[in-house]
Amino acid sequence: MTLLKLAIKNLLGAGLRTWLNVFVLSLSFVLIIFSQGLIQGMNRQAEGAMIASEVGGGHLQHPAYDPYDPLTLTDAHGPLPAPLAALAASGKAVPVLIAQGTIYPEGRLYTVLVKGVDPGQTVLNIPTSFLAAPTEGGEVPIIIGTRMAKTTGLKKGDTFTLQWRDARGTFDALDAKVVEIFSTSVQTVDSGQIWIPLDRLREMTGLSGEATFVVLAPGTPIPKAGDWVLRSRDDFLADLRAMVEAKTVGSTIVYIVFLALAMLAIFDTQVLSIFRRRREMGTLMALGFTRGKVIALFTLEGMFNGVLGALVAAVYGIPLLAWIARTGWAMPANVDSYGFAIGERLFPSFGLGLVAGTTLLVLLVTTIVSFLPTRRIARLKPTDALRGRTS
Amino acid sequence: MTEEPLIVTKDLKKIYAMGPHKLEALAGVNLTFARGEFAGLVGPSGSGKTTLLNILGSLDVPTEGSAMVMGRAIETLSHKEAARLRNRHIGFIFQTFNLLPVYSVYENVEFALLLLGDPPAERRRKVMAALEWVHLADRVKSRPAQLSGGESQRVAIARAVVKRPDLVLADEPTANLDAENSHNILRTMERLNRELGTTFLFATHDAKVMQYLRRKITLVDGRVAADEMTEASGARL
Repeated sequence: MTLLKLAIKNLLGAGLRTWLNVFVLSLSFVLIIFSQGLIQGMNRQAEGAMIASEVGGGHLQHPAYDPYDPLTLTDAHGPLPAPLAALAASGKAVPVLIAQGTIYPEGRLYTVLVKGVDPGQTVLNIPTSFLAAPTEGGEVPIIIGTRMAKTTGLKKGDTFTLQWRDARGTFDALDAKVVEIFSTSVQTVDSGQIWIPLDRLREMTGLSGEATFVVLAPGTPIPKAGDWVLRSRDDFLADLRAMVEAKTVGSTIVYIVFLALAMLAIFDTQVLSIFRRRREMGTLMALGFTRGKVIALFTLEGMFNGVLGALVAAVYGIPLLAWIARTGWAMPANVDSYGFAIGERLFPSFGLGLVAGTTLLVLLVTTIVSFLPTRRIARLKPTDALRGRTS
Repeated sequence: MTEEPLIVTKDLKKIYAMGPHKLEALAGVNLTFARGEFAGLVGPSGSGKTTLLNILGSLDVPTEGSAMVMGRAIETLSHKEAARLRNRHIGFIFQTFNLLPVYSVYENVEFALLLLGDPPAERRRKVMAALEWVHLADRVKSRPAQLSGGESQRVAIARAVVKRPDLVLADEPTANLDAENSHNILRTMERLNRELGTTFLFATHDAKVMQYLRRKITLVDGRVAADEMTEASGARL
């Protein structure tokens, strides 16, 4: 207790030197928590968006379907197994049929995935209800994402030729009309694909009652579906998490740099303290302090830099980070190149675990960094210390 | 039955290695001090005064020989035992005062009691009594930087005697003081010696200090050249 009081007294008595260190440490606290919060928020936001727009409660896929191999699409379709058909009928699952197609907007050619989906579905966060209204000229109604619109130059109301191959391998074509362009942060339901009514696609391809995969509504128990293959939510998110993990390398470097800067300040101060305060150490020993107690005192002083840093960080960091968490962080225009679903604003997530973990880590590292230079005291002779010399 | 001496040194030697050379700071010192003495080690610079004082204060250990302080052989004490001996039984007064700069006068004096574990009320009583002995009870809140040299040394004296040690070791206590302040603090120490029975042992080559000593031990080249009882004249100044 005495040592604690003395350490605090010495630390506060050092004045500006202490407060400069504390300020640097508090900055590190806030910046580390902010950068990690951004990553966590990005992860959470991307997962949420993917679940809402693409993953749902997981997919059950036709056994021939390989999402990474477009060549499998020719054979990757089949009638829905009875349990899946029942779920689809009750609105707890949505079947999706995929066919390869080609579109010719303004004479240009784009190979696309044609995805058939029930316009009345509510499982996926895609505005498929626009597909329900018939078009004036009998064209195939389609919706596309903003990325696809940008790539192809298509606008709402544009008409173009859609070509596809039916179940027998015969090429056929129809006019299609863009009835809606939707904005989504999930690139995998947007780029290189068009969405049309499921029944229409089934009719066009001659694949009545068939689907490529079925998206389960979140919370729906996984049914037994014959040889259809489950691709669970975790399977989808594993890819995302691996991608986020790869993207966090930069953030980790920032984390380490901030921490290293703060620790450098503490280490420097400790070394300087031990150099400048040798006579004080000698006096403490003359008054009856053991070397161990002097080491403990100086280590505590260093450690309290971290405690004060955390307190100061809390004073301005909590309101600042709470404000950022509420208003979000504007993402740059080329955010799509990050490769995962982030909205125009990123909302950082500052969980208790992140704040407590960062605080504990910084305090631990501060204590270690504070302790390291004090080991010199163990070699210090009281007589040398009193003369202001190092042993 | 005679009282056991406070300090006994036998053939005390201290040799410092200075690269390839050896410097003999103490070359076989035999001395005995009784309780309540007001004695001084005098002699030129390099004669071994401070070295002897440091060994008696358990801040250093002899190379050879023995130094018994309050029945404890300094050369056998561990770091912790030496620290405990200093904490409980020995007070130090330094030439440069060595006050802790971030503490007030009160806290500097109280510091010596913190490790003894005295309750706060008891500490306060002892600190105020010590500050009254040195006539600084009205400066409790001052910082060392706000004190004159004489006041700083009086705070150091209060810190040295607040725990009522058996022995106070004063290394050149007047070296940084003018004549008037020197006499003031010497009179204070002489009074404390008389009233509290505390043993004072000085290392000095200041003539003013020598006027107050009742025993003067002259060291030359690490040896006791003279050991004489004197009639202190300074106390009457």
